[in-house]
Amino acid sequence: MTTAQFLTKPIASSRSGLTLMGLLRGAALVLLALWLVGPFIPMLVWSFAHRWTFPDLLPKQWSLEAWTYVADPAAQVLPAILDSLLIAVPVTLLSAAIAIPAGRALGLHRFRGKRIVEFLILAPNIIPGLTVALGIQIVFINYGLDNTIVGVILVHLVASMSYAVLVMAGVFSNYDPEAEEVARTLGANRFQTFLHVTFPAILPGLVVASLFAFLISWDQYVTTIIIAGGFVKTLSILVVAAAGGGERAITAALSIVFVGPAILFLIIASKYLTGENSSAGGLGRR
Amino acid sequence: MQFERLKIWLMLAPALLVLFAVFIGGLGFGIARSLNYMPIIGLTQPNFDAYIGLFSLTEFWRSLGMTLYIALTSTAISMVLAIGAALLLRRAFPSKRLMTFLFSFNLPIPHIVGAIGIMFLFAQSGFMARIAHGFGWIERPMDFLVLVNDPYAIGIILEYVWKEVPFIGIVVLAVLQSIGDDYEAVSQTLGAGPLQRFRFVILPLITPATLSVSVLVLAFTFGEFLIPYLLGQTYPATLPVLAVRLFTDPDLNKRPEAMAMSILIAVIAALMVLAYMWLSRRIVRSD
Repeated sequence: MTTAQFLTKPIASSRSGLTLMGLLRGAALVLLALWLVGPFIPMLVWSFAHRWTFPDLLPKQWSLEAWTYVADPAAQVLPAILDSLLIAVPVTLLSAAIAIPAGRALGLHRFRGKRIVEFLILAPNIIPGLTVALGIQIVFINYGLDNTIVGVILVHLVASMSYAVLVMAGVFSNYDPEAEEVARTLGANRFQTFLHVTFPAILPGLVVASLFAFLISWDQYVTTIIIAGGFVKTLSILVVAAAGGGERAITAALSIVFVGPAILFLIIASKYLTGENSSAGGLGRR
Repeated sequence: MQFERLKIWLMLAPALLVLFAVFIGGLGFGIARSLNYMPIIGLTQPNFDAYIGLFSLTEFWRSLGMTLYIALTSTAISMVLAIGAALLLRRAFPSKRLMTFLFSFNLPIPHIVGAIGIMFLFAQSGFMARIAHGFGWIERPMDFLVLVNDPYAIGIILEYVWKEVPFIGIVVLAVLQSIGDDYEAVSQTLGAGPLQRFRFVILPLITPATLSVSVLVLAFTFGEFLIPYLLGQTYPATLPVLAVRLFTDPDLNKRPEAMAMSILIAVIAALMVLAYMWLSRRIVRSD
């Protein structure tokens, strides 16, 4: 074999064909795929099950009972969704408003104390929200913020905002501000420059940052319970209560409703993110 | 120059305001309360009673052991499976797009839903038990393994592995794609077999990124409340579950202990990450 032949020989000769390696690889892929979708299969079935007793693999009778229950005003699902939105939407808007300037400062500038600021912004991803909520709850009682939506928003904001800042810092570190200078010399004012130059350039990153901020707030459970347990009833609180109650069909239907924003997230994010963009991977968190 | 610096700090101001007012504030008041120091309600003599009380509880040490066991086991299993999954997905394969989709599909799914799915799958009357019955392995639900609310926290670990394999895996996959095939091709021409290529070429290249995300997973699984709350057993509960239980206890004298416990959870989680940062820096320097 000449050197040239040797070098051009493919790395994995088992890439195609029915080799043992190929079969094992295929089996492992199938197992992995099954494992990843596994938890959703009984969930979907349960939400349409009337009676599904052991050991039946599928329900003997199907029904829309669980879904009619979820839609029934008595079940309080709509008010719970509303509470979740009343918290998550302000958290998202505030996070975006905070993350644009902070991300720009961290992504584009070097300054003294930058490492400390970065450390502070990372910290809420390491310190559990539980600890923060238990501590700040004492202060909130004194300011009448306990058992209020505003108090819950403030606590959710810590995690959502720090995430959004991290994403926007990444976005701005790949951003070239020179186009802004050009716009300014051509007579655009600060606002016009932001609207027509900066904003379109950072929009994909901003969408992703906002989606993450929203989902982080939407998924919160224990922080909401600590700050406003019993007063603010978000959808996540309703889902956890159902799971503890043991009504499987209703729990399943509520879970599927609860997962809605995450599915929307995937659809929107896939427009802005490609597989090669690792900012999605590095940050897919709670 | 001076003006430029002021501008930077003004841009950071809203973020820092939230961090100091709520995050640092919450930690600070939590620490004060755990030390029984709360001048507003007349407590002006700080002491370590809550911590001493916790350290003398057997339940605390058993919970700490349980929490560490869950966090370390889930993270280690997730890391190994994530590397395996990423290596599988790396090669061109007809289903690669589908798999990459599945990988990212699981990322934004809330842990709550994962926990409920695991319950439906692995409870004694769950889907897996029914399949086992179909194969004739078990007669009644009771014959099936106890995998949810079980003493070995298998249900909790299963949920974490389900959720974190794609999270770590997508980072490993990104690193693998950025490395390309060149190093491996060279090592193969030098006579390295598949195992050697993995051990001496791929593994050293993916280790830093893999460990950095895994340490975040470790800190998260250590401080998470909801998953052990839904899938764990009552005794010993994990530290976060125990902290909330103490906090919601009608006996208000237990509040300082709840605070002390939540502060300890935060300290241990932070120490895990700091230890990793310190070690990784030392290793990089010694290279």
